[in-house]
Amino acid sequence: MDFSVALLTIFVLAVVVGFEVVSKVSSTLHTPLMSGANAIHGIILVGAVIVAGRAESTGVLSVALVAVVLATVNLVGGFVVTDRMLEMFRARRPDARARSEGAE
Amino acid sequence: MIPVWAQVAYLVAAVCFVLALKGLSSPKSARNGNLLGVLGAVLAVVVTFLVEDVGNLSWILAAIAVGAVVGVVFARRVAMTAMPQLVALFNGVGGGAAAIVALLELSESSVTTPSLVAVAFTALIGSVSFAGSAVTFAKLQELMTTRPVTFPGGQYASFGVLAASVALAAAVVATGNVPLAVLLAVAGLGFGVLLVLPVGGADVPIVISLLNAFTGLAVAASGYVLDNTLLIVAGTLVGASGTILTRLMAQAMGRSVTSILFGAFRGGSTAGGDATGADRPVRSAGPEDVAVLLGFASRVVVVPGYGLAVAQAQHAVHDLATLLESRGVDVSYAIHPVAGRMPGHMNVLLAEANVPYEQLREMDTANLELRTADVALVVGANDVVNPAARTSPGAPIYGMPILDVDQAKAVVFLKRSMRPGFAGIENELLYDPRTTLLFGDAKESLTKLASAIKNL
Repeated sequence: MDFSVALLTIFVLAVVVGFEVVSKVSSTLHTPLMSGANAIHGIILVGAVIVAGRAESTGVLSVALVAVVLATVNLVGGFVVTDRMLEMFRARRPDARARSEGAE
Repeated sequence: MIPVWAQVAYLVAAVCFVLALKGLSSPKSARNGNLLGVLGAVLAVVVTFLVEDVGNLSWILAAIAVGAVVGVVFARRVAMTAMPQLVALFNGVGGGAAAIVALLELSESSVTTPSLVAVAFTALIGSVSFAGSAVTFAKLQELMTTRPVTFPGGQYASFGVLAASVALAAAVVATGNVPLAVLLAVAGLGFGVLLVLPVGGADVPIVISLLNAFTGLAVAASGYVLDNTLLIVAGTLVGASGTILTRLMAQAMGRSVTSILFGAFRGGSTAGGDATGADRPVRSAGPEDVAVLLGFASRVVVVPGYGLAVAQAQHAVHDLATLLESRGVDVSYAIHPVAGRMPGHMNVLLAEANVPYEQLREMDTANLELRTADVALVVGANDVVNPAARTSPGAPIYGMPILDVDQAKAVVFLKRSMRPGFAGIENELLYDPRTTLLFGDAKESLTKLASAIKNL
């Protein structure tokens, strides 16, 4: 198989998986899902590292390093903020339930 | 060529990302899903350092350290209310990084024609996403007006820049010329700004989701340039899921994505409603009167909005609800899908205040309960309960499904002032004879209400 056909196959399958995985999400989780998906595209860090690793002139290196910083902010910040949101969804709920039952 | 074991590791990382998105689709598995995403990302980055011939190592590690510190500080410090801005910001920097990677790859190595297409695509879409996200950030942070910004000929300017971008992209593909590619990225920045400026405040979250999908596609294209399958898979996943999510959000607001992006040009009505409100009579009351209304009701439906979040009143509303329940009042919360500033935002905020999940009602259930409710207590919400969405075809929110608080026997609005909501239109319901207004900061009003109810 031609290499670019292989890539096209990967692309199309990823589109199908992407559609399927999120098609039935309740609106409750839209915000964390958007934030999580946002973190995943921070993986452009891999590309930024590759480009910065090959840089030979100072000019190219400094621009590439800007890309590395931006991509890391996206990747790390995205995952941390998603976790912070989800932490509230999960950990406190039993506690909240106990409180409301106590009040009734 | 990347060694086989590393390609397998990339595959594992890609599967982690798929499972992360899958996990994020259900409340139970969401947190583990996110952690799986982290695992995939760490694996991918480590493998990249091992197999690629990475020079300038100390510089790169330093840059990663800087980015990680900035990312963590922002993510930890930001208030939950400012979440939409932060997501916009993270999305924008990701898009910018993708555009830079594509430009550098073009300048550094000889690139084949199919890759040139991918380079042009990434440079353009990455910059659109960067500039567009910057404008959404400014709108949500209220650094600029939240209203649609239109100017004469704005539509032609947008199409002109878009046409120029396409021409430049074609030229880049034909010549592989680096300065032309930089110019293309600049045109992309211009188009990003022009794309988001005319979008009205309430629609901004949908644009964030759309730009999120854009960045995903830009990352996928850069993966093609670098022959990196992981970037292709991860970017495409985000592109596809972001597109679906954008549609779901638009549906929740009763809008189509095109009408959000181009509505302000066509209708022009988004710019503002009738300014007749200023001297019309409204019925306002003190906390004691409202306390009687609430304390002797049998069913109260709380409709929380962004104003509640701004006043940090999640805890106060929960206290009031607990107090009412102890008097035998049936209390539930009606959550509009786009309450807050992002779909699902209000659920996050109420979860933060320990409000039991079982009391939150999604829109359809909530509207059934509102019909039998004695009081609808609207705390800092406006657009999502505005009957103009049903009755006035000219209104920017026309067609958006709303919470039918006008079906309840009485409506109480806790509001700071008569200022209209984020969409910038008047709410007729405020002048309805069954409506009572309690002016003041949401948190203070709720606390006053709670103490007045204790004294009943």
